[in-house]
Amino acid sequence: MTLIAPFVLIFGLVFLYPMIRVVELSFTNAPLIGSGEWVGLENYRQLLTDNLFYTSLKNNGYFVLLTVIPTTVIALAIAIAVNRLSGRMQALVLATFFLPYILPVSVVTQIWAWMLDFQFGILQPVIEYFVGEPVAVFKQPAWVMPTVAVVTIWWTNGFNVLLFIAGLRNIPKELYEAASLDGATRRQLFMKVTWPLLWPVTALVMTLQLILQLKLFDQVYLLSGGGPFNSSYVLLMMVYREAFQLNNGGYASAVALVLFVVIMVVSVLQFQLLRMGGRK
Amino acid sequence: MNVRRMQGSERADTALTTSGGWGVNLNIRKLENKVLLAITLIGAAIWIFPLYWAFVTSIRDEDHVVSENAGILPDMFNLTAYVESIFNTSILKWYVNSIGTSLIITVLVLISGMMCAYALSQMRFPGRRILYAVVMASFMIPTQALVVTQFVLMNDMGLVNTWAGIILPQLIVPVVIIVYKQFFDAVPKEMREAVLLDGGGEYTLLFKIYLPLNWGITTALAIITFIMAWNQFFWPFLVITSEDMMTIPVGITQVRDTFGVSYARVMAVALLGAAPVAIAYLIFQKKVTEAVMISSGVKG
Repeated sequence: MTLIAPFVLIFGLVFLYPMIRVVELSFTNAPLIGSGEWVGLENYRQLLTDNLFYTSLKNNGYFVLLTVIPTTVIALAIAIAVNRLSGRMQALVLATFFLPYILPVSVVTQIWAWMLDFQFGILQPVIEYFVGEPVAVFKQPAWVMPTVAVVTIWWTNGFNVLLFIAGLRNIPKELYEAASLDGATRRQLFMKVTWPLLWPVTALVMTLQLILQLKLFDQVYLLSGGGPFNSSYVLLMMVYREAFQLNNGGYASAVALVLFVVIMVVSVLQFQLLRMGGRK
Repeated sequence: MNVRRMQGSERADTALTTSGGWGVNLNIRKLENKVLLAITLIGAAIWIFPLYWAFVTSIRDEDHVVSENAGILPDMFNLTAYVESIFNTSILKWYVNSIGTSLIITVLVLISGMMCAYALSQMRFPGRRILYAVVMASFMIPTQALVVTQFVLMNDMGLVNTWAGIILPQLIVPVVIIVYKQFFDAVPKEMREAVLLDGGGEYTLLFKIYLPLNWGITTALAIITFIMAWNQFFWPFLVITSEDMMTIPVGITQVRDTFGVSYARVMAVALLGAAPVAIAYLIFQKKVTEAVMISSGVKG
């Protein structure tokens, strides 16, 4: 019994207890530190009329659209490309694609903020080439989320690449040899062998990414701070703002619970959907 | 499978007749291979560019960084930015905090995880199923949704701005338990019975047999846990407010405030912050790759 004690104790202290408390708190008007009064569903009622809440919810959804499928496709393409290489070349190229993943998020945002700097950023000429003028990407509402998405994909993609490479290595070589001997083209090899056999990994990557991207906070906070004019707020940033900047512990708890429910519902739904897709 | 192969060979026949034999196909394939290799290398170059650019910026002096004639190639080797970063920020303290907390987190997570996994895998006790369900469920639960009450708890315990405050909420890493359990499940039962007959207890079993048999897994999980703890931003950012107690990821965001607009120094600090884990990765690349694959369950 002593074997499970450490885990159970820590779990109870930093997980279960805060879990129960956050539900309780969401029905009160408590500040961050200190107690408040029971207000029933008032916080939730207030949420429904809070524009920032809708902006955040919308941005969470938008960001998922901007990242999940693109990163899956890019990671798969990179994995296939890397998998074709061998020896030192493979190790080198793989390291190139994986390295960003092990960087702290603030290192990533500092580098990208510098590259996208309005005056001196090395990427501004590129933007100018396509749009005709330099753009202060973190001050233009339409640019913020897509830019954060690009940075995020650059940062986290390496992890997905590794999962796909592991998946590709699990596909028996004989299948490819047999199919090639039968004269299958590259396209056919991919569609008939790689894609169906890789499906479980693809499903895993998409599920992990979906959950991860819904928890967006760090990159937005560090790159745009939720601005301009709160237009790039996401739910977790709203939790931070209400709890730690505006001292509304109760209201922040309600937002946190909404985020919690969204993530649980979406991940269960996606899990079911992907399982059905995999069966076909 | 049979059907697929039939279809394949039919296509092979048509391919042979229409394209005039294998020779041409092989040449096309070789050319395609070269083009694909070139695309891969260009892609890799683009991917690494941000890091390259951060480095080039960090070894220039501030005036040159923003000057008109600063090109894309490294044209200076000036370590002022690094020297200033080390002496004018608390980065050395941040290193100590990051290394200290990440190491403690890794050790505690592994020990509590392997003990719990061993019990789940090898012992029968009341509540075992519930415990397993809890572990699996906590795998899905977004801890970020708990930060408000976790912070209140840490505050009540007086742990704000302490290592313990950083460490405690990061000690629940269900994937460690899940992976350990899988590997413990695979250990032959006879070993267990033999040790129990000799009068050994569960702890003997775990630390003398199950653990040594799974050193590879332990290393892999340690690497993953350490990297995760080292890179953690959100929680340390909330629970630490004093600059001396910050970890690397939180501390380097302060640098902009300290230096104002000074890109070379900002990049130098960022790279210094990234260096330990990045260098460790480049040295133990294979091990890290394996660790990620194992802990995500794609490779057993």
